[in-house]
Amino acid sequence: MSTTTANLLYLITIAAFILALRFLSSPRHARLGVQIGAAGMLWAVVVTLALNKVVTGWWWMAAGVLIGSVIGVVGARKVKMTAMPQMVALFNGVGGGAAALISLVEFHGVWAHAGDVGVERGIATVFSALVGSISFAGSMIAFGKLQELVSGRPITYPGQQVGNALLFVAAIALAVVAMGSIEFWLLAAAIGAAALFGVVFVLPIGGADMPVVISLLNAFTGLAAAATGFVLHSNVLIVSGMLVGASGTLLTTLMARAMNRSLANVLFGAFGKIVAAPGAAAAGGDGASVRSTTADDVAVMLAFARRVVFVPGYGLAVAQAQHDVRNLAELLEEKGVDVRYAIHPVAGRMPGHMNVLLAEANVPYDELYEMDTINPEFPQTDVVVVVGANDVVNPAARNQPGSPIYGMPILDVDKSQNVVVIKRSMSPGFAGIDNPLFYDPKTVMLFDDAKAAMEKLIAAVKSV
Amino acid sequence: MSYQLVTELTILVLAAFVGFEVISKVPTLLHTPLMSGTNAIHGIVIVGAIIVMGTPHPGLFMRLVSFVAVILATANVVGGFVVTDRMLEMFRKRDEPRKEAQ
Repeated sequence: MSTTTANLLYLITIAAFILALRFLSSPRHARLGVQIGAAGMLWAVVVTLALNKVVTGWWWMAAGVLIGSVIGVVGARKVKMTAMPQMVALFNGVGGGAAALISLVEFHGVWAHAGDVGVERGIATVFSALVGSISFAGSMIAFGKLQELVSGRPITYPGQQVGNALLFVAAIALAVVAMGSIEFWLLAAAIGAAALFGVVFVLPIGGADMPVVISLLNAFTGLAAAATGFVLHSNVLIVSGMLVGASGTLLTTLMARAMNRSLANVLFGAFGKIVAAPGAAAAGGDGASVRSTTADDVAVMLAFARRVVFVPGYGLAVAQAQHDVRNLAELLEEKGVDVRYAIHPVAGRMPGHMNVLLAEANVPYDELYEMDTINPEFPQTDVVVVVGANDVVNPAARNQPGSPIYGMPILDVDKSQNVVVIKRSMSPGFAGIDNPLFYDPKTVMLFDDAKAAMEKLIAAVKSV
Repeated sequence: MSYQLVTELTILVLAAFVGFEVISKVPTLLHTPLMSGTNAIHGIVIVGAIIVMGTPHPGLFMRLVSFVAVILATANVVGGFVVTDRMLEMFRKRDEPRKEAQ
């Protein structure tokens, strides 16, 4: 067996992957990094094919690679940038599924030859089989929720947590007994139970929290791949899997922090189920009213401003208005207005999603400002235009201790001179919480679809 | 505990530290490409899929399971890298020439 040679040659792949992640630290080299990573992957495949005595199944292998490549290329090329979270969930899920199936086949070999699996290999097999399976099924449900094939609202029923916990324990028990008795079908059953657990684990989590779940499942798949590395004694799997595990863990933590919630609350809190709005009574109760305005008035405000900051939210992407916002921004820049974009860490449907959507609309990335950079600038900003964002500019997060989002870091747009909120109606956002910003005397509301509003604003600014 | 396992655990722990170190330097601007890029990297399970597909198995069932594993892992690798590259292609600076997306 050429495990040593393989592990030596895989070092190139390991280096390529680490370099790929290293190059992601700047948008300038990021693309080169990904290409290095892809080359490293190709190298690993070539080495594996060359060194492992592929005894049988050449045609199967070729057919599998061909089918997988077609699925991958078509999926990756066709997907809309707004649907990126679903796509990541899907590709993540299939990776987890592959890891689970690999340990199943490996275990079948042990079973068929009436061998002994050993404690060390047994633990790795159980881990990669169960975690891979959970990741697969969970990702598919996450995909379904984001694609709106499954209801985005949390699905809950009595005894859910207890039932889920029992299912999880049952899956582990089945797998452990399978290892002890070297019984193939028990492991297959355990993988099935784990898949079922993956489904019921994600179902009660609301659509707004799916990015956290996807990121967590991403870490899961990475760890499952690392465990597969222990089963097959392949260092490249261990390192790559762990790199992904680390990345997924870090991103999950960052996201939970950006929403000011604990991971446990995200996973088990069924957030967004009860649309009770304590802010609504408070804000509506003081007789505060909403000021509505017209595109022409806003155009005048914008054209004579020194600095305008756009706050794009997911509503902008849904309306496909990114290109119109960029056109409006360029028009204002021609008039000498300093235009910036303020991006909240959880704007869009996954971290950094809004940046991708704006990059697609040709907005230069040096005009995109992160929350911590732009927040001190709001007092010197003449007009903030909030398009399709809601909870991330809700001052209740800062000053209403009773609010469900209290403590969440927000963009302090209410500290600027004027705020324009473009919104279709007064309906609450994804989290179902009312927004006192709309009742602020500095705020004017432009009730319209984001795209229609942008088109009207462009026309109006041109005629100012 | 075998010597090999200890070595592998050492590699695992070191990889975790390298991972945290490198990933914490990625700006939020690029977090979506990071997520889909790491997604592509865990497609390295394709190595495992090739190994199990290549070993002889009694019966058609296991061959089918390996076959599905190869398909899934390949879709993971190819899709992950293509979509990440597609995203990163769009990022440009203010003074760079514009690539019209549409």
